[in-house]
Amino acid sequence: MKFTLSWLKEHLETDKSLAEIADAMTMAGLEIEHIDNPADRLAAFTVAHVKDAQPHPDADKLRVCTVETVDGVKQIVCGAPNARAGMTAIYAPLGAYIPGLDFALDAKPRKIRGVESHGMLCSTKELEAGDDHDGIADLKGDWAVGTPAAEALGLDDPVIDFEVTPNRPDWLGVHGIARDLAAAGVGTFKDEAIVPVKGTFPCPVKIETAWPQACPVFAGRVVRGVKNGPSPEWLQKRLKAIGLRPINTLVDITNLISHERARPLHVYDLSKIGTTIRARTGHGKSDRFEALDGREYDPQAHHCVIADDTRCLGLGGVMGGEYSGCTGTTVDVFIESAWFEPAIIRTTGRETGIVSDARYRFERGVDTGSVLPGLELATRLILDLCGGEASEVYVAGEVPVVPAPIAFDPVRVARLTGLDISYDRIASILIALGFGVDRANPVWTVTVPSWRRDCTEGADLIEEVARIEGYDRLPATSLKRPAGRFEAPATPMQNRVRAARRAAANRGYQEAVTWSFCREDQAALFGGHGTGLKLANPISSELDVMRPSALVHLLLSLQKSLDKGLADPRFFEAGPIYLDDTPTGQRTVVSMVRAASAGRDWKGAAQPDVFDAKADALAVLEGAGAPVANLQAAPEAREWWHPGRSGVLRLGPKNVLAEFGEIHPGVLKSLAVEGRVLAVEAFLDAVPAAKAKATKSRAALQVSDLMAVRRDFAFLTPEGVAAGDLIRAVAGADKQLISDVALFDRYAGKGVPEGHVSLAVEVTLQPQDKTLTEAEIDAVSKRIIAAAEKQGAKLRA
Amino acid sequence: MTTSDDLDALEKRYSAAIEAADAIPALEEVRVAALGKKGEVSLKMRDLGGMSPEERKVFGPALNGLKDRLTSAIEAKKSALEAAALDAALASERVDITLPAPREPKGSLHPVSQVMEELAVIFADMGFAVAEGPDVEDDFHNFTALNFPADHPARDTHDTFFMEASADGTAKLLRTHTSPVQIRTLMNSEPPVRIIAPGRVYRCDWDQTHTPMFHQIEGLVIDKDTHMGHLKGCLIDFIAAFFETDEVEVRFRPHHFPFTEPSAEMDVRYERVGDAIKVGSGDKWLEILGCGMVHPNVIKACGLDPDVYQGFAFGMGVDRVAMLKYGMSDLRPFFEPDPRWLSHYGFSPLLQANLATGLS
Repeated sequence: MKFTLSWLKEHLETDKSLAEIADAMTMAGLEIEHIDNPADRLAAFTVAHVKDAQPHPDADKLRVCTVETVDGVKQIVCGAPNARAGMTAIYAPLGAYIPGLDFALDAKPRKIRGVESHGMLCSTKELEAGDDHDGIADLKGDWAVGTPAAEALGLDDPVIDFEVTPNRPDWLGVHGIARDLAAAGVGTFKDEAIVPVKGTFPCPVKIETAWPQACPVFAGRVVRGVKNGPSPEWLQKRLKAIGLRPINTLVDITNLISHERARPLHVYDLSKIGTTIRARTGHGKSDRFEALDGREYDPQAHHCVIADDTRCLGLGGVMGGEYSGCTGTTVDVFIESAWFEPAIIRTTGRETGIVSDARYRFERGVDTGSVLPGLELATRLILDLCGGEASEVYVAGEVPVVPAPIAFDPVRVARLTGLDISYDRIASILIALGFGVDRANPVWTVTVPSWRRDCTEGADLIEEVARIEGYDRLPATSLKRPAGRFEAPATPMQNRVRAARRAAANRGYQEAVTWSFCREDQAALFGGHGTGLKLANPISSELDVMRPSALVHLLLSLQKSLDKGLADPRFFEAGPIYLDDTPTGQRTVVSMVRAASAGRDWKGAAQPDVFDAKADALAVLEGAGAPVANLQAAPEAREWWHPGRSGVLRLGPKNVLAEFGEIHPGVLKSLAVEGRVLAVEAFLDAVPAAKAKATKSRAALQVSDLMAVRRDFAFLTPEGVAAGDLIRAVAGADKQLISDVALFDRYAGKGVPEGHVSLAVEVTLQPQDKTLTEAEIDAVSKRIIAAAEKQGAKLRA
Repeated sequence: MTTSDDLDALEKRYSAAIEAADAIPALEEVRVAALGKKGEVSLKMRDLGGMSPEERKVFGPALNGLKDRLTSAIEAKKSALEAAALDAALASERVDITLPAPREPKGSLHPVSQVMEELAVIFADMGFAVAEGPDVEDDFHNFTALNFPADHPARDTHDTFFMEASADGTAKLLRTHTSPVQIRTLMNSEPPVRIIAPGRVYRCDWDQTHTPMFHQIEGLVIDKDTHMGHLKGCLIDFIAAFFETDEVEVRFRPHHFPFTEPSAEMDVRYERVGDAIKVGSGDKWLEILGCGMVHPNVIKACGLDPDVYQGFAFGMGVDRVAMLKYGMSDLRPFFEPDPRWLSHYGFSPLLQANLATGLS
């Protein structure tokens, strides 16, 4: 919302400076976005009198002017055809920045074809203050030398642009802004009553409200014998200053009132409309009309139109039709002042895509009390500017009731805000804003003005009081931690994510944060997006479904880094994946990616493989508190993993805690990722919660002082047998005695039969109370060999 | 007959031999020749038995002295030879210690994680727990319960992402703010409530300062007597703690949010120092967050009596305060992983924000 300072001052008597007014607006909740003060921009430029203008001795098109300026009499060479003695012009001193040309004059006089020029005479275009191109500005009127150019050009009126919050439609008019600023102590509100214009003949147009839910009241009147045409300069200037294009006087008057009183009106050429007009539901194609934006619309049954008996004239409260609009030839005019239901306007506006000042106001809620005053103000201005004769006012329907009075306990102001404020002050603030205050009872009765439909309860009034009193007066009271023992508030899951994240970073991975959404066909590579998780209005087709895996963007980012030639990028993300659209469908994963390529090192670098991914997965899960010793690895990762070089880590047969391994080369190809990639996706929600313990005390440490015994066994194992099963079987051969089983060699080739591998394990036997005898060690060895044999393995001879 | 002169000559000869020995075996030969079972000195010791008591008195001590001196000379020489041998062996083991150590990739934590942990620490000290809620929300939690009237322009300001409507005609949406966590928390817990709720939020907007996904943190306090002065005090304390400065000057401006009343935006006095900001000095105000007293309709929507319970809420952009504190000028790289950016702006996993050792 834009307005000019002079316009505001017509409604607010104040001697405050622009800066003070701007500050008061900010502190009253009118957030300033921008103040354009042409006087600041044009500070360098002043009025000058051209005393003499002689032809340049050496150039036909140039003149050498003698100019009386604020800096004394100057010789200025000017190329403008209209430069002449006796004219009042605008002078730019040496060194001045010329905004319209985007350059600064030299600081020293410059010779132009041999004649020194001590400054410049400017056109309004060069000042970005107009678009004359016939030459330099030729000021009318009696301006003294040195008068600021902004003043002489009538540009000394700052334009203030501020953000109107959706709850305050009354701020969409200068009058409403003035009221709030007066309440905030900036000046005195000028709220003169609008004097009605008495009609001299009955309104020849009959009005009907055929859809009172959408348009409960519709007032109108005719002014006949008007002379329409360009509006007077003051009105055009005012509209231009706030970015509106002047059309003609009748239309300009409605725009003026829209921005002054937040009251949209519409004017019809009476010769183009029938004798009955009504607000009714739209009739679809048969209502097709061309709106003032030049586009055609088919109003629907839930849109409110204004129509006569033969045609639709416009969308009520949104935009009028081209056909019945006022033009320079309009002689008789019908003025519409109605009130439209905000929700219907909003729907109509959204569905038609029409953006208009009327829609903007009506969908936020126009003052119901402005229907008749707005009509009267328009009539007055039309009579003043266009002449003519006004009919009586015709009112159809009823003005919606004002908001109900609020029972307001003033003690709540201090309770909710902490402000130390007297009841008298509370009452005076409310009264200044237009509320009525009845203090007969401890709980006051506060009546709400028709322009404040946003206020319906006590909290609304408290906000008004606090806002006008000033938030800078609120106390600053530290919020102390409640007394008593400090209990760390993080949940087990939060701590789990934190630790897992650190585990991943400690493995050399960099934490990334990537989009929660991805492209549908990329999601399909990872099992597809969940039910109900396709966006209806994605920001781009690249991001149109919720991701079923965090690997998508990590893989794409990995390739981008490789494309940049960066060595061994490793990313992880601790974030959400989405399985369905319920709150439980969102899961937290830690996903990791790295290229499966060995770096180069003078000592030789190992080729990373699926087992590095497995170690990463185990590290993250251990960080997250999973019982990693109990996890089983199984080759059961889903189809986007390499079928032979991937697996899951699970607890029991079903609870999968992580998938790890190489990503399926086909998936990588679809994502345009080159080479092989190792990845992990750990599902932190699947990690079982730690058992709650009564105390933090741990069981006493029990270690044996007896020397552990180590024995090596090499087993010939058929290739189908999983090494993990063999190790688990060996470890289970004597749970008391065997403290560790470590696989230290795996060999296939010469000496090992076809279809077999040799697996060598080192078994650690830890005696607890006495040294083991050879016989005891032999007995355990036999059990170990028997256990291995059950897995199909044979001790290697 | 042995004479003292013989002994002197003997000693001279062997001392010279010891001195001349250039390796352990040569030295050993000298030792055997002198002090071995059939060594010259040993033989002379044996001869002592055939001497008269007077002679023995003279030659016994002389021989013993000779034996001791040669023994220690041999020992000394042996140590010297061993040391020289070790030096020679070590010299052959020398490596070029300027060769590089094995490269270990360096992991790091994302600045958003770091800042969220900092926020959790600061607010934990004020008694706040951390609450969470889903990203895929429904209209009720994201708008209706937060007092957004149906079909009101206030909803337009949120640039909401909607899911395609399901079979029953309802459409989920992506939460546009973390405020739905207020509703989920209040509906499931009894006051007093003090929570912060950090998380991902989504708005249909993309330029240098907006990304379709970003992070917010919500704060909520509900009890019977927390007023707007507490809101102000809490946030001033927070700004001081987060920006690690005592010089905080804030400005509360009235604003409008459907779910708070009175509503405010908080500005902080600042000046720019490079891409980072210095809080507390300068002549500019920077909008940091939105806040206010929880609207009675929100309290009511959560099944509580607004005549009994009141409190405040605030919401703040996590990425934004991360940028302000740590000096990133562009938001987009937050979500476009690049190892160089992550190394430069990331944090060591060994550090963890806490009250005892600091935030960062």
